[in-house]
Order: sequence, then C-alpha cells, then structure tokens
Amino acid sequence: MLLIELQKITKDYNGHIIFSDICETLREGSCLVITGPNGSGKTTLLKILAGLIRPASGKFTISVDGTLLADENRKDYLGFVSPDLYLYEELTALENLEFFVKVRGLAESEEYCLKLLKKVQLDKWGGSLVGTYSTGMKQRLKFAYALLHQPLLLLLDEPGANLDEEGQALVQEIISQQKETGAVILSTNDPAEVARYGDQVLKLDEAGRCFIK
Amino acid sequence: MVTRFLSWTRQAGALLNKDFKAEFRTKYALNSFLMFAVTTLVIVSFAVGPYYLDPVMHASFIWIIIFFSAMAGLARAFIKEQERGTVYALKLSTTPEIIYLGKFCFNLLLLLLVLLVIIPFYFFFLSPSVGNPLLLVVVLLLGSLGLTGTTTILSAIVSKANVKGNLLPVLAFPVLLPLLITSINGTRLALEGYTFGEASSELRVLSSFFVIMTTVSLLLFNYVWED
Repeated sequence: MLLIELQKITKDYNGHIIFSDICETLREGSCLVITGPNGSGKTTLLKILAGLIRPASGKFTISVDGTLLADENRKDYLGFVSPDLYLYEELTALENLEFFVKVRGLAESEEYCLKLLKKVQLDKWGGSLVGTYSTGMKQRLKFAYALLHQPLLLLLDEPGANLDEEGQALVQEIISQQKETGAVILSTNDPAEVARYGDQVLKLDEAGRCFIK
Repeated sequence: MVTRFLSWTRQAGALLNKDFKAEFRTKYALNSFLMFAVTTLVIVSFAVGPYYLDPVMHASFIWIIIFFSAMAGLARAFIKEQERGTVYALKLSTTPEIIYLGKFCFNLLLLLLVLLVIIPFYFFFLSPSVGNPLLLVVVLLLGSLGLTGTTTILSAIVSKANVKGNLLPVLAFPVLLPLLITSINGTRLALEGYTFGEASSELRVLSSFFVIMTTVSLLLFNYVWED
C-alpha cells in the first residue's frame, strides 16, 4: 500500500515565506490537487516534492507497505510534468525516450518507447525533431517521459496547459490509469480540473497559508 | 560491484551518445572550440613569423591555445542543459555521478578531437622539432585528462551563474595552474627529446592531478549538481 506524507513543509526565499507547515497524507488511488493564485507556491511545492529544490524545513516521504523509500532513489518512483521541464529539441521524440530509458538503466526496448508515443498520440511524429513540435505536442511528450519508468507517484504542474480537447481527454485517462497503480499530485488554477481530479484539495494563498478541503 | 560498474558505464555511455548526437546536429560547443583554437593558432603563427622559438616558448603556446580553447568549448556541456531547461529532465532521470562521468567523457572526446586538429596545424604553421613524439602524445593525453576532469565540475558550477562562460577561465585558472605548469614542462621535455624516465616526475604529477581531481569531483558533484 502506497502512502505519501508531506510533513510540515516550509519554503522561503530570502526570508520571505512562500508557504509554511504544509501537512498532508495521500494514499494509493488518490489525487491531490494543489490550487491557489499565481505566486502562492504551487510549482515550488511540486519541485520540492520532486526533489528539485530543497524546502526550508519539513519532510516529504513515500512508503510502500510500511517501508520508507530512500530519498536518493526518489526519482525512481516519481514522474514529473511541468512547464519548467524541457526535453531535448535537437533529438527526435523517439531518441529522447530511448535516451531516458538508457540513462535510467531500464531494460525497455524501442517497441516500449513506440508504445508510449502511441499512448500520447505522437506515434506519427516519433521520428521528428522535438524542436519542430508545437507546445501541445511537447506537453504530450512530457507525459511519455514521465510515464517511462511506471512511477508510483505522478507530479503534474498545470497538466492541461497548451492541450486541445483530445489532449485534455488524454490527461484524464493518464490520471485515472495512474490512480489504479499509484497516486497523483497536480497543481492547477482551473476550477474545472480541481473539481474533476481533486479527491483531496490543498489550497495555498498568497500569505503562505494552506487550507485543506 | 561488476554489475554496478557495467550499469554505470551503460548509463554514462547513453549520456555521452546523446551529447554527441546533439552536438553534431547543432555544433554548439565544437564551433566555439574550433573557432577559438584556429584563430589563436593563426594569430600566433603570424606573430612569430620567421623567428626561431625555443621549446619552452612552443610548449607555452601549445598549452595557452589548449587552455583557452577548452575554456571556450568545455563549459557548454552544462550551460546548454541549463539554458535549454533540460536540466530538470536529466536530474530526475539519473544520479549525479553518472552525469559527471557522461559529461566528462563527452568533454574529453571533444577536447581530443580539437587536439587532433590543432596540434597538426601547430606543427604545420610553426614547425617545432619534436625529440620524443610518443612522450609528447602522453603528456598531451594526461594534460587533457586533468584539464577535462577539472573543467567538467567547474562548468557545472558556472552553469548556475548569470555570467556563465565568462566565469570559467577565472575559476579554472588557479585550480589548473599546477597542471598547466607541469604540462608545459612535460611538453618542453618531449620537444627537447628527453626520455620517459627523465620526464617521469612530470608524468607522475599529471597522472596524480587527474586521479585526485576526478575523485574529488565525483565525491563533490552531488553538492554541485543538486540545488
């Protein structure tokens, strides 16, 4: 059983508190939606959870069947999609996925990468350079990248950004599939997404306080 | 242990392969590397003209060209990741040690590729006599290893600064000073025809510098790479 705990997470920049003492527990099959106005720290919180930046204080733990997963192996259990994350534009989509498979030390083959591209509806453009992609196509490729290692926890920062209707449906499908085997934490400003995905909702305000719905 | 080493090699190899594929499509580092090396070489050859240079001067010119070309080209490996925003994707995919090893191998091959171009050109334009060519190759190789090992970790630090590339020579020079002095001395001995035995202290210093810098870099890279 997967258990994710945010324990009193606080972040400040040069003494200015972004948010403080965020506590939340998330179980397998759930989706936590982080919402709040611009500048409330949604993206910062997701980056802390991804291990990309350090919190000022507090802890984030993932445990499976009571066993705590080590911090240094966190990347093996996390998938991250964010507007701040870019893939290699001078490589094709397939080359990108193959590179990340190899650099992760996974055994998956080219067929696996093609299957993932098909899942995000990019199979026809798998051989094109990512630099030639539209922003929506790049967003889809980020999902393929995040799902490459079948993570337990999917962290999604504005997942519906730049996506058309088909893309939105794809996000919905990915989130519901992810909830079958793990959990999802996503941040959004869109009230429709909050209502659609939010099994648990964490609202941040500009004063650095958080409210749990 | 062997399995872990093989896994490291495969992962670092994947990063090296990706960097080469991207480099030969964009010529991001290679162009600045070669442009600097060839321009400096031509300026030196015009400045020297028909005058005779002793081996110390030749050795100094060779390493000045290598040092500044390396500063122009080697920083790109990390700066590119930072500027193009791919650094997060990389951070979330592998360990800092693999990234250091992959980038080190890429930088080393790039430097050796540039040496393959500029050293023959240097000999063509300035015609220094070489007493012990094999010793010269070994000194150039060991010097390149130390230069790359140091520059790779420093360029990771520099990539997070605002001024980026301009900062690298300033940071690298004091650290690389022992390596540069020894490399110049080793190159002089090779040009003057000394044997490997007579140049053994230079070779030992160069090997030690490489081993120490690479070990320290591997140990510290985690702190440099993580925020």
